[in-house]
Amino acid sequence: MNILRHIVALAIKELLAILRDKKSRLVLIGPPIAQLLVFGYAASFDLNHIPIAVYNEDRSAASRELVAQLTGSPHFELVGHLDHDAQIAPLIDNKGVLMVLHLGPQFSETLMRGKTAPVQLIIDGRNSNTALLALGYLRTILTDFNMNWSRQHGRPGPPAALRIRPWYNENLLSRWFIIPGIVALLTLVVTTIVTGLSVAREREAGTFDQLLVTPLRPVEILIGKSIPGILIGLIEGSFILLVVVFWFEVPLRGSLGALYLGMFLFLLSAVGIGLMISSLAVTQQQGILGAFLFLVPAVILSGFATPIANMPEFVQQLTLINPMRYFMVILRGVFLEGDSYELLFNQYWPMAIIAIVTLTLAGWLFRNRMN
Amino acid sequence: MKAAAASRMRLLGMIRKESLQILRDPSSIAIAFVMPVVLLLLFGYGVSLDARHIPLAMVVEQPDATSASLTGAFQRSEYLDPQLYNSIQAAQQAFDLREVFGIVWLRNDFSERLLSQDDAPIGVIVNGVDANQARITEGYIQGVWQAWLTSFARSQGVELSLPVALEPRIWFNAAVRSRDFLVPGLIAVIMTLIGAMLTSMVVAREWERGTMEALMVTPIRISELVVGKLVPYFILGMGGMLLSVAMALWLFDVPLRGSFWVLTVVSALFMLVALGMGLLISVVAKNQFVAGQISIIITFLPAFILSGFIFQISSMPAAIQVITHIIPARYYVAILQTLFLAGDIWPIVLANSAALAVMMVIFLGLAWRKLQKRLDA
Repeated sequence: MNILRHIVALAIKELLAILRDKKSRLVLIGPPIAQLLVFGYAASFDLNHIPIAVYNEDRSAASRELVAQLTGSPHFELVGHLDHDAQIAPLIDNKGVLMVLHLGPQFSETLMRGKTAPVQLIIDGRNSNTALLALGYLRTILTDFNMNWSRQHGRPGPPAALRIRPWYNENLLSRWFIIPGIVALLTLVVTTIVTGLSVAREREAGTFDQLLVTPLRPVEILIGKSIPGILIGLIEGSFILLVVVFWFEVPLRGSLGALYLGMFLFLLSAVGIGLMISSLAVTQQQGILGAFLFLVPAVILSGFATPIANMPEFVQQLTLINPMRYFMVILRGVFLEGDSYELLFNQYWPMAIIAIVTLTLAGWLFRNRMN
Repeated sequence: MKAAAASRMRLLGMIRKESLQILRDPSSIAIAFVMPVVLLLLFGYGVSLDARHIPLAMVVEQPDATSASLTGAFQRSEYLDPQLYNSIQAAQQAFDLREVFGIVWLRNDFSERLLSQDDAPIGVIVNGVDANQARITEGYIQGVWQAWLTSFARSQGVELSLPVALEPRIWFNAAVRSRDFLVPGLIAVIMTLIGAMLTSMVVAREWERGTMEALMVTPIRISELVVGKLVPYFILGMGGMLLSVAMALWLFDVPLRGSFWVLTVVSALFMLVALGMGLLISVVAKNQFVAGQISIIITFLPAFILSGFIFQISSMPAAIQVITHIIPARYYVAILQTLFLAGDIWPIVLANSAALAVMMVIFLGLAWRKLQKRLDA
């Protein structure tokens, strides 16, 4: 009974210490909400209104039909027509357009003779991912054009055709992939900030020694210091989930319980890491630096924006100690693939191990300082 | 004359004091030199959008010469890694367990319909959860299929006649290596962090310890104080920057097609913006706790997501595009990607540098004014 009272008292004291100061209260609530809204709209690989220019030397009905199909697509925005070669380079160089479609003077003649008419496409490859995606969109339009043309002009179509169907995300919206990840991103930032400085700040102020001479045992201090981080993380995480489901309308297909179990384990491991950093740090500056040095790689190597499978083998091994990596799979699995507990078991236990190891180490560091 | 000499003396004294402080406390040196190396190594290797060996399940219900030639075409692709399954059920199980990213399905009447020109369907399922990866995979599958169609038609003695064939030419990055645009962008993200961290934490610490007030009772002027604080950190930051550029060029093999001097000048400008941002944070925040929190929140994630480093700005909603204009990294990313991959394209370099110059004036001016106010209070 005593233990419980100790822990509750300490947890309340910790929460008050965090929330008492107006500035730090603001820092915990304002930015995550603003960032959620801004990043929710910004973080996407989907391309809209790709600026494109057409250099059409042919000007026949057939070439106009092709250009019309292009401008009809929501992905492209026709910025202008060119009338000589020399205009292409400056337009691409200065990012006036992402690509230029060039139809030669013999385009319709070749097409009418039943031959293959070549079409040149010049793409700005400075962002190679955008270039590849834009090329993909254009290919799809061209394949449709080819099919229609063959049918209308009695040309034989290709003997075989691909029927591609994406599962779980039928329209391939990259927002559906990125936005659930923001739940992990923002809860991690908030929890690390809350816990990463909790011991270092007290140590600098000298109150940590006072805490150590109270009848509280290290385990109780550890639990008492963990609770605020987990509580704040859970509350903010729940709020973000609501926004993701009701504002951004990402489908939530799996079990909410499985998601929350994941979130709890994730927060537990984040708190463990935060407390470990905090008890290692002698000054607040070191605490901030440590939190930073953990946060930045944890985010980049989590699969949030770029797939882990694309990383070299040794970096992939390194991601195994990153709790965010596992929570990312859980979030996307539950949201889009409708996963439940059994399928996610392999994501739960590594986070549990990370939490146990880091919390134990943090506790050991408390006690070590005591003696 | 005398006033100018006195001012120079105060300034030099200030720079000397700051430099000594940096040398005594190795943490700023660590921020300037160790952090860029560690971060660039981690990210340069860790962040990639180039998929290789994407695992695919190939279901061939009726193995024969035709299906073997198509399977062979998939196996020869360096991007795809097909594994054979003999039933769609087995393939689907592997798909559900995320062992394969997609399924290519040839039904038992595939060859028959192919040879009778009966529009033989090739069923393809891809995991759409990661839409970007899914689109790229679709592109690779289409590429294999198109190449195979041409060679198959030739083997049958007919010319495959598509009405229109696309001849894409990708400028600046013909091999479409994502690393070539990600590494320059990473330099911008990392330098935003480092520039802001260098000044924000260090100055906030002086406020907390009261040494700032001690400094202010000396005859030093605010402008001398700002310049004196900036110079040593500027030199540190530029050192880190050069290190990053060297790693980009020689470790990650990113080409530098623009001139090195333009890169240096623009980087110096950006470093002043980042340091000015840090200085402003520290003046506003007063203590290290809040300064640290603010610099984590307003530097890393915005520079990562809103700078155009990885997500295309022109595809964002209009309101968000407006917001990206207040992110300094946005301008620097645009300049770096152009300088590294395309060359000295002046309209881009100048327009973005002008924006950086405006931001520098705003940040430093605000920091200067706020410092003055605090002195009066």
